[in-house]
Amino acid sequence: MRNEAEKAGQPVLSLQRIHKTFGGLVAVEDVGLDLYAGEIVALVGDNGAGKSTLLKIISGVHKPTSGKIYLDGKEIGLQDAATARLQGIEVVYQDLALADQQPVYMNMFLGRELLRSPLGLLDRRKMNEETRLLVEELDLRIPSTKSKVRDLSGGQRQGIAIARATRWARKLVLLDEPTAALGVAETKRVESIIKSLKERALAILLISHSLDQVFRLSDRICVLRRGAQIGIRDTRETDKNEIVSMITGLG
Amino acid sequence: MNAIGKFLRTFDMQGSIVFLGFVAIFLFFAIVLYDDGFLTTRNLSNIVLQTAPTTVMAVGLVFVLSAGEIDLSFGSITAVSAIVAAFALREHSAVAGACAGIGAGLAIGAINGTLVAYLKLPSFLVTLATLGLFAGVARSITNLQSIPVLNDFFVGFFGSGAISGIPSLVIWTVVAVAVGHLVFRETRFGAHVVATGDDAQASLVSGIRVKRIRFLVLTICGGCAGLAGLLYAGRLQAAKYTLGESDLMTVIAAVIVGGTALFGGRGSVVGACVGSLLMGMLNNGLILMGLPVSDQMIVRGLIILVAVAISLRQTER
Repeated sequence: MRNEAEKAGQPVLSLQRIHKTFGGLVAVEDVGLDLYAGEIVALVGDNGAGKSTLLKIISGVHKPTSGKIYLDGKEIGLQDAATARLQGIEVVYQDLALADQQPVYMNMFLGRELLRSPLGLLDRRKMNEETRLLVEELDLRIPSTKSKVRDLSGGQRQGIAIARATRWARKLVLLDEPTAALGVAETKRVESIIKSLKERALAILLISHSLDQVFRLSDRICVLRRGAQIGIRDTRETDKNEIVSMITGLG
Repeated sequence: MNAIGKFLRTFDMQGSIVFLGFVAIFLFFAIVLYDDGFLTTRNLSNIVLQTAPTTVMAVGLVFVLSAGEIDLSFGSITAVSAIVAAFALREHSAVAGACAGIGAGLAIGAINGTLVAYLKLPSFLVTLATLGLFAGVARSITNLQSIPVLNDFFVGFFGSGAISGIPSLVIWTVVAVAVGHLVFRETRFGAHVVATGDDAQASLVSGIRVKRIRFLVLTICGGCAGLAGLLYAGRLQAAKYTLGESDLMTVIAAVIVGGTALFGGRGSVVGACVGSLLMGMLNNGLILMGLPVSDQMIVRGLIILVAVAISLRQTER
């Protein structure tokens, strides 16, 4: 457990002057952003504004051309997605990274299965039990932790993807358009799950095209336009018109 | 009864269709062929002994199919392994012969695995090519001759012997199925095999080493085919290029009927074993019915078609 002073004072993630070019093309330009535990920061911008590139830099998929990334005050170099995961950073992808024919509890531990000594065999009971507790805690409302993922609805599946990220993230959860493929009711469910993550002292970075959603969920909003950081606003002190004009550069 | 049902459920069989089919065909033959000696202990144990090599091959194939790949070459691997073992036994001990045979199987499997996993060639084409290639090798190194196996210990250990009354072929079958089941169901490797076959992309971003899995399943399948080659060589006391040649359809059918998904993501070693016994029983019954070989082939083909269709329908829901 992190102590309270640290939680309030030091950002979980700090990006400083992050710059990324692909060939001659500038994708991200001098972005600086601090993320604190227990808050949701939304990253908004038009298509091609650099949101996804920035997310991929934080999740270790891309390396920044220049700039520094600090996690809990320590500078980190992210070699690849695996190192980012080891540092406690989890991503929920838009196109759900779940294995459809496997039960929920195996997906929760996909690639990180629990084993029992002395033979190192799978501990299905423990994985199932942990999953059941997490499902209850996040109020996921699935028929059973032994259900196959393909028998669940889109919202339930996204709930599981988020639950998995929560289970493994120690610091930071990145959500890339988590409700893009969902209906109205399911979006509402997933949003309430995302809100409940705040209580777990995780920092959350949310990419979303829906401004309504951004205003419902986020504490702060960071706007990108053509790779450049236009500004960061407290969600309570701004309105949609201001954000839209920041995104488009008009008005 | 309840305990038995619970025990069976732990095998994660997709329904119990393979058991139902097994029981149905068994009852059919038991009634129709009662006077022809189908139900005699001797005949029934013959079925089990004859299916030992195909059951061992089926265990390996469960891993390959579950991982979303295919191996068509295991029949040729069986022949080459038996021949290599037979050659080695001319001058060396039974242990050396067995190691040479299994080693040959693992090596060919590793070639398949390397081409599929690391050179990213489709396993269907790779193993279709190695099927032909090693069928040629088996013919070429033997000059189309049968190589006798005269080592008594080897013949007893892999073929006609018995330990306290239990035939060694039965022991090998049980060991292969038990170890296969344990590795497939209860280890992290087994979980990664089905995950890879289910969704390779999701597995990759979850940190599963997908390429390594693909390499290993094809290598394991080669090793199982190698063991099957030793069982053939031990039972027949000779190795010939024709060994394993006609097992391709039987083994694939046994595995699919046993509840393994043709396109990956799900498998059952125990189901494959029951499927293999079912195929052996079918073979045996059709011979006892006195059908000419041509009719046997037609009936067997039709029954396999129906059986595979039913099990796919059952599992695709």
